[in-house]
Amino acid sequence: MLIGHQPKEFLLAVSGLTVSFDGFKAVNDLSFYVEENEIRVIIGPNGAGKTTVLDLICGKTKATSGSIQFRGKELTKMRENEIVQTGVGRKFQTPSVFEDLTVFENLEISFPRGRTVFGSLTFQRDQLVKDRVEEVAEMIFLKDKLNTYADELSHGQKQWLEIGMLLIQDPDLLMLDEPVAGMSVSERAKTAELLNRIIKNRSVLVIEHDMKFVEDIAHKVTVLHQGQILSEGTMEKVKNDPKVVEVYLGH
Amino acid sequence: MIINSRFFNRSELMGFIALAAVLFVILPLTLDVFRLNLVAKYLTYAFVALGLVLCWGYGGILSLGQGVFFGLGGYCMAMFLKLEASSVENTKIQSTPGIPDFMDWNQITALPLFWQPFHSLTFTIFAIILVPGLFALIIGTAMFKRRVGGTYFAIITQAVAAILTILIVGQQGYTGGINGMTDLRTLKGWDIRPDHAKIILYFVEVVLLFACIGIAQFIRLTKLGRILVAMREQEDRVRFSGYSVANFKIFAFCMAAIFAAIGGAMFALNVGFMSPSFVGIVPSIEMVIYTAVGGRMSIFGAIWGAILVNFAKTSLSESFPQLWLFGLGALFIAVVLAFPNGLSGLWADYVQPRIDQLFASRRAKAGWNDNSVADGAPAE
Repeated sequence: MLIGHQPKEFLLAVSGLTVSFDGFKAVNDLSFYVEENEIRVIIGPNGAGKTTVLDLICGKTKATSGSIQFRGKELTKMRENEIVQTGVGRKFQTPSVFEDLTVFENLEISFPRGRTVFGSLTFQRDQLVKDRVEEVAEMIFLKDKLNTYADELSHGQKQWLEIGMLLIQDPDLLMLDEPVAGMSVSERAKTAELLNRIIKNRSVLVIEHDMKFVEDIAHKVTVLHQGQILSEGTMEKVKNDPKVVEVYLGH
Repeated sequence: MIINSRFFNRSELMGFIALAAVLFVILPLTLDVFRLNLVAKYLTYAFVALGLVLCWGYGGILSLGQGVFFGLGGYCMAMFLKLEASSVENTKIQSTPGIPDFMDWNQITALPLFWQPFHSLTFTIFAIILVPGLFALIIGTAMFKRRVGGTYFAIITQAVAAILTILIVGQQGYTGGINGMTDLRTLKGWDIRPDHAKIILYFVEVVLLFACIGIAQFIRLTKLGRILVAMREQEDRVRFSGYSVANFKIFAFCMAAIFAAIGGAMFALNVGFMSPSFVGIVPSIEMVIYTAVGGRMSIFGAIWGAILVNFAKTSLSESFPQLWLFGLGALFIAVVLAFPNGLSGLWADYVQPRIDQLFASRRAKAGWNDNSVADGAPAE
């Protein structure tokens, strides 16, 4: 194939990224690259700047300097909703779903059509939408809860619903902030299974503390410490890095 | 376009029928023209309340400046009516005949340029919608694009209400000042003051109100309605689902402004004058109270709120004028503390279940029970 001969294109290229809050550099001259279909896990102690990195990529926080290129497009200049439309999806740490709407309506809002004011006035709930919502609801174990209001769901189910809302957006880069935090053991296993299924054909950037979970899914691991990269590579390599053991894994 | 299979669900349909019966049949048959005209005045606030349901109830955007848009709509209408009432023939005793009386009192000798287009009724009707709509668009864009929201937005709308009042009062020669525009007489030669005209205007207003209810209900049932609810709870999630939150807020705010302006224009027609006392901070807050008392999440609730609170205001201030403001304050505190969803919330919690039960038991008696429980009824 022709593409095979081209120099390798990264899906996401973060270079020299810095953000400072009143002089405190939460992320300091950070560079890393994510390839197509790669599962990258970011680990690091509290306050290392993990969530801030995701905030910067999805536009929630504006970078002080540096660049974030996604498929060659500069994200630091774009608004949040435009970043979503270019194919970056973000799940927050605490489940953020619309509690006054049903599971169906939650998923429907995330369906990538009719995102303007006029578009949403003329939006029709056609067969395509219904089929897609049902398909995703089945994946996230909520098929029999389509007409349940989201505030009646358990914590784990809300997390799944939010993952489902991202799935229906069909992003090329999926960013998950602690997807299994606060889940029961059985929910955790189901979530791992769910994630393993949905990460096909897309790149995923995950923040997670659960080392077993990280080992299960990660292609590559980036260790952050005080806003900078401490170590990067396969889980095996990172685990044996003395610097990482000292600041993070040791205790 | 049908989004849900039904435009109104059963309880909404009952609300619709009840309101239509009261406004179209019961009140016109039982009230004298004076009282009916008072109801017409109350209903002008129902338009504002309807807008607040969309903007505040659904979108979570509290505007304490709806009086601004009510006033802009009202003043547009009043300017047309005032010009018609100020024909050369009617004003020949003035030093400059043919201009409104208050201009003459303020030594203005020619009709100002911005008054000229209000000779045309067509222009006036467009202005009633567009002037407040554009003004809301400007305020909304300036605020929501900069992510100003919540209490800050409420305070700014309040400031706008104060500014507009001061401007109207200060520019006496152009606006009629504190007295407002009085002595409005005819609409295209048709006298709006006699009893039969009042009755016709009442019905015109009720028809317009139902048209606005239709528009509001349509918006509520589209995906936009659901996005408003979603936005109220999790603004960031909406943003990161690919929507421009600011645009949706601007839309809701503009719709509320346009509804309020239609109410204001009907006020000028039904009551026969317009003054800055319907523009400022106090009337703007009262409008929010009507909506809160009726139920900010319910279209019909808010309309009942506007009618009932205003009715209470009239009866109370007829007998105990000093007590009214205390009553209004107490009412607002009661709503916030005891029944946050207003009258419609009380209805949904206490009255509706009984009605559903009645229907369900009747159906059971008639042998129609096909094991399906009526929506919302307790499954017993």
